[in-house]
Amino acid sequence: MLAVSMPYWFETLIKTVVVLGVIPTMALMLGYVFLMKMMSHMQSRLGPMDAGPHGVLQLVADGVKFLQKEDLTPANADKWVFAAAPLLVLISTFLLYVVVPAGPRLVVQDLDVGIFFALAVSSISVIGVLMAGWASANKYSLLGALRAAGQLIAYELPLVLAVIGVVIQAGTMSLQGIVRAQQHGAIFGFGNLGEPFILTQVVGFFLFLIASQAELTQTPFDMPVAESELVAGYMTEYSGFRFLFFFMGEFGTAAALSAIAATLYLGGWYIPGVHGLAADVLGPVVLITKMMLVAFLIFWVRFTYPRFREDQLQAFAWKYLIPLALANIMVTGILKVAF
Amino acid sequence: MTAVTDRQRLAYVNTQASEARVNVELQTEDMTLNLGPQHPATHGTLRVVAKLDGEQVVDADVVCGYMHRGYEKLTEVRTYPQVTTLINRIDWLSSFANEVPFILAAEKLMEIEAPPRAQYIRTLFFEMARIANIGLFLGEMALQVGALTPAFYAFRDREFVLNQIEAATGGRFHPNYDRLGGLKDDLPKGWIAETQAVMKRIREFCDELEGLVAGNIIFERRCRGVGVIPAEIGKAFGVSGANIRASGVDWDLRRDEASPLVWKDLDWKVWTHPDGDSFARYWVRLQEVRESTFMVDQMLEGLPAGSIQAKVPRIIKVPAGEAWVHTENPLGEMGFYIVSQGGLGPFRCKIRSASFNNVSVLPWLLKGTYVPDIITILASLYFILGDIDR
Repeated sequence: MLAVSMPYWFETLIKTVVVLGVIPTMALMLGYVFLMKMMSHMQSRLGPMDAGPHGVLQLVADGVKFLQKEDLTPANADKWVFAAAPLLVLISTFLLYVVVPAGPRLVVQDLDVGIFFALAVSSISVIGVLMAGWASANKYSLLGALRAAGQLIAYELPLVLAVIGVVIQAGTMSLQGIVRAQQHGAIFGFGNLGEPFILTQVVGFFLFLIASQAELTQTPFDMPVAESELVAGYMTEYSGFRFLFFFMGEFGTAAALSAIAATLYLGGWYIPGVHGLAADVLGPVVLITKMMLVAFLIFWVRFTYPRFREDQLQAFAWKYLIPLALANIMVTGILKVAF
Repeated sequence: MTAVTDRQRLAYVNTQASEARVNVELQTEDMTLNLGPQHPATHGTLRVVAKLDGEQVVDADVVCGYMHRGYEKLTEVRTYPQVTTLINRIDWLSSFANEVPFILAAEKLMEIEAPPRAQYIRTLFFEMARIANIGLFLGEMALQVGALTPAFYAFRDREFVLNQIEAATGGRFHPNYDRLGGLKDDLPKGWIAETQAVMKRIREFCDELEGLVAGNIIFERRCRGVGVIPAEIGKAFGVSGANIRASGVDWDLRRDEASPLVWKDLDWKVWTHPDGDSFARYWVRLQEVRESTFMVDQMLEGLPAGSIQAKVPRIIKVPAGEAWVHTENPLGEMGFYIVSQGGLGPFRCKIRSASFNNVSVLPWLLKGTYVPDIITILASLYFILGDIDR
């Protein structure tokens, strides 16, 4: 409940504006910090340095460049589907942000089935990717899209199963509820410190990271966009602003999934000893810090490993990740009942 | 009666035909995937036409010639010293190694021999060209398999070798340093100590990549058992260099062929691998780069003093005759067959370059593999487009 009561339409308007502002900012932040700077330094080079101090404004400059590019549609493309696909991918990203809490009261809508909703909408992007690949009338795009579909379906399952451990421990699917559950846990009797679920769900945390890596189609699971094989996969035929949509979708989703991982396993916006209004002010900062930590892990792996082959990826999901996730659920369930 | 246009009739026939096809049987068509001539994996303009069933390759055809520059013909209208400029650009990553067999063939016809110091320095730069070339491959292969970072490491450390080549020859990529009967210049002051430091650095680079790439489980899974060339097949297609050594064939022209160059004086080893797959090719090349750094170290220590140029006439005319010299270049066997009629330039010059034969095995090799494996195999065979098309 907000302290000042506002008309429903006004509240909705504010939320919409905030979400519309937050997502590009998150995408740009991740793109700059990790894709441009961290990757460059890991590869012993500087990366962009000219636009703004230390190249901060490079992505803004790139965005302006994308706006000026010609909006190409291949002659054989299915024009409506081709145009709709990036939007669908972006919508999936936007919907993810609806349930992520950034403070005790800073959440667009705290749904009772929050995490369920988040995982459900994150898979809408598959449809967008398939549409993009099919409508481009390009063989590389089609191969990329089919790979993406197979991969995202295979990795949706470990993602969901990894989360179930947390849901069992917290006893709720609401993300706000999960954060609260982590506030009241106790480690070795120190109740006021809270218990981030990573301490008990460390297997689940890494399963979630691996599966979200695949969900984001980042190396080592980047077959759908494998540059050296499929040029750019389903994005091959896109240019200008439509390509920017895919880019924003990719990094926006990376930020969202990192934030969800931070919420599920690292305690979300909560730090010990901060309550009330202070939590509302500090919450976003804490959440973003934790999100960046998780995103660092994801991008670190991305810049280090080679990519799997499609069959190896499927085997990895079905033979290792899913059994491990099921075992994790079982152990969590038994321990929950026992203690 | 309504008039039926040709277009309407055609549309009707097409509908009938497609319906008939559906009714007869559910037939799936093979998809033809055209890799290249502009594709990131073919580093240049090689074209692979692959017929796919799903992601499996049913049939593959290699089309080359998009970069044919007619060097064999061009040599006929140039004098001998001018030809080295051209053949620098055949395998552009190890240009100096191209010059050597040509110059050796011409020297053979003229019956002159460069002084020992010149032979040492030739061998030295030959091996440095190998390090610069294959060092890049070590990162490039990882890039093709999907890891971005090793490629940058390779470019970074290869730069040190190129700097040394530039310091001595004046050219980073195309040194044009070899002369009939000797060399253009002697080594500059302080160069030997610098080069020793660079070789140490390259060995560190090899160790780093051995852990980062060859030791990576995903890389191993992607490459082991992929694109196996049996020794017999490799020999039949004329595959040479590290590609055939990775199939277990102990064949290295540096050791097996009598040459005025000084490999016979050095203590080194020919690396082979019994597997013949993509991983073996990567591994053999990695060991070869390391072996080359040791060879360079030995040559720097044993460098004899003396002149770098034998006495040659001011206007070089090569006596009539024919000569064939082949050497073990970074990409494989490279040979020059020169026919001279006593003129200022070759009458005919046949260039045998390694990559052309190496890629000729591709149609045999690609059958039955999957699309991601095409890339691994192309990368591990390691060809340079200039070396295929000349």
